[in-house]
Amino acid sequence: MPNFANPTTFLTWTSRLLPWLIALTSVLFGLGLYLSWFIAPPDYQQGETVRIMYLHVPAAWLSMFIYFTMASAALGTLVWRHPLADAAQKAAAPLGAGFTFLCLVTGSLWGKPMWGTWWVWDARLTSVLVLFLIYLGLVALWQTIEDSGKAARAAAILTLVGAVNIPIIKFSVDWWNTLHQPASVFRLGGPAIASSMLWPLIIMALAFTSLFMTLHLGAIRNEILRRRLHRLAMLAASGAAATYPAAKAEAVS
Amino acid sequence: MNAKLETDAHRTSLRPVTALFRRELAIGRRIGGGASFGILFFLSLVVLIPFAIGPDLALLSRIAPAILWIAALLASLLGLDRLFQADQEDGSLDLLRTSRMPLELIILVKCAAHWLLSGLPLVVAAPVFGLMLALPGSQIAPLVFSLLVGTPALTFIGAIGAALTVSLRRGGLLLSILILPLCIPVLIFGVAAAANDPMVGFKTPFLILCGLSLIAFVGAPIAAAAALRQSLD
Repeated sequence: MPNFANPTTFLTWTSRLLPWLIALTSVLFGLGLYLSWFIAPPDYQQGETVRIMYLHVPAAWLSMFIYFTMASAALGTLVWRHPLADAAQKAAAPLGAGFTFLCLVTGSLWGKPMWGTWWVWDARLTSVLVLFLIYLGLVALWQTIEDSGKAARAAAILTLVGAVNIPIIKFSVDWWNTLHQPASVFRLGGPAIASSMLWPLIIMALAFTSLFMTLHLGAIRNEILRRRLHRLAMLAASGAAATYPAAKAEAVS
Repeated sequence: MNAKLETDAHRTSLRPVTALFRRELAIGRRIGGGASFGILFFLSLVVLIPFAIGPDLALLSRIAPAILWIAALLASLLGLDRLFQADQEDGSLDLLRTSRMPLELIILVKCAAHWLLSGLPLVVAAPVFGLMLALPGSQIAPLVFSLLVGTPALTFIGAIGAALTVSLRRGGLLLSILILPLCIPVLIFGVAAAANDPMVGFKTPFLILCGLSLIAFVGAPIAAAAALRQSLD
């Protein structure tokens, strides 16, 4: 069993794994998009617009899944102070913001023909919007703190505080929404979904997850390489690399 | 004899807490202009709203609880970025950390003093500002109680942001970005309790607001202490 926590081992193994993941993502997306655009039936009420669901729902799942991934990495940062966990956290935050944004945009595009408006203050939409704000706050925190170790620990604390708060926010937004709920708003997910629509949805969800894993691993690799470049640049600037080749070797390993 | 020893021990253990509390109050009163700045800001926000939406008293009275809560939320964010920063700059935070008092308790005391100087004056001033917005008399008591219970939660949640941004030179803006999403539950239940809607009543949202405040009271000092430790190491 190779030691995956070692950044060098991680780089070697992910460089072998990534082409397969990219291939898997492409196949899943090809299959999923074909099924959802050409095979899946149009909804008897919503018509063709129901096809937005195959992008919208997986993006919504991913927005939660990525936060869970990020919170796990945050625990790794705080408990073991592991640099790989730092990189995983940092790479996940913009990806989470991206998928959450995709979920909001597709939801808005879906809402216009269905509800007649781009945006309603529905409980789910509002919760996802707050999640988006939390992601953006985390990205801002990463960008503001220069020292990468400190930034990782600060972001980890905020991520965990957010993890405790997200259920509370979800509960309060639901409560607030039932208080103000206009009766005419169309509710999602009322009847059980037909299997002819379920299969494309499942394949699209797998495709999205595979896409996230590909992008996440790639971003972690970039982060590791960026740190090594930074350390080499610092060493070169201080003249240590030229004088002590051993220091250079240590920085690379 | 035994009883006397015990009370002595009790007194010694509390002395640092009261000393820190008094120090915080003294500093807060001297530098921030005390409570007056917060209230002035609160008043300015309340004055702005009628200019923006028009002097329609019926409309104002309907949205008065929401206006007052938003104003209180923004006003309580005011001095938060200096909560730990001033002490970090002059080194007293390092001194405090070397004391035997746990960092969580230090944060709790600092938050309490901060709330006493910034939150409590808002609670006291709220009825007067409510009258200016034509808040019905039956809603004044719910508003005051909801602010009394809710503003400490805002201070505690804000302390997490203050601790995270303690070493940043322009942390105030980032602090607001980080903290405001976390304040949404307090705002929802605070406004709901203050509105005292006949359908919902006062008790349910008020009790949930109490619960949120207690969660913040317990959780926020722990999170803020962790954030302070990592940024000062």
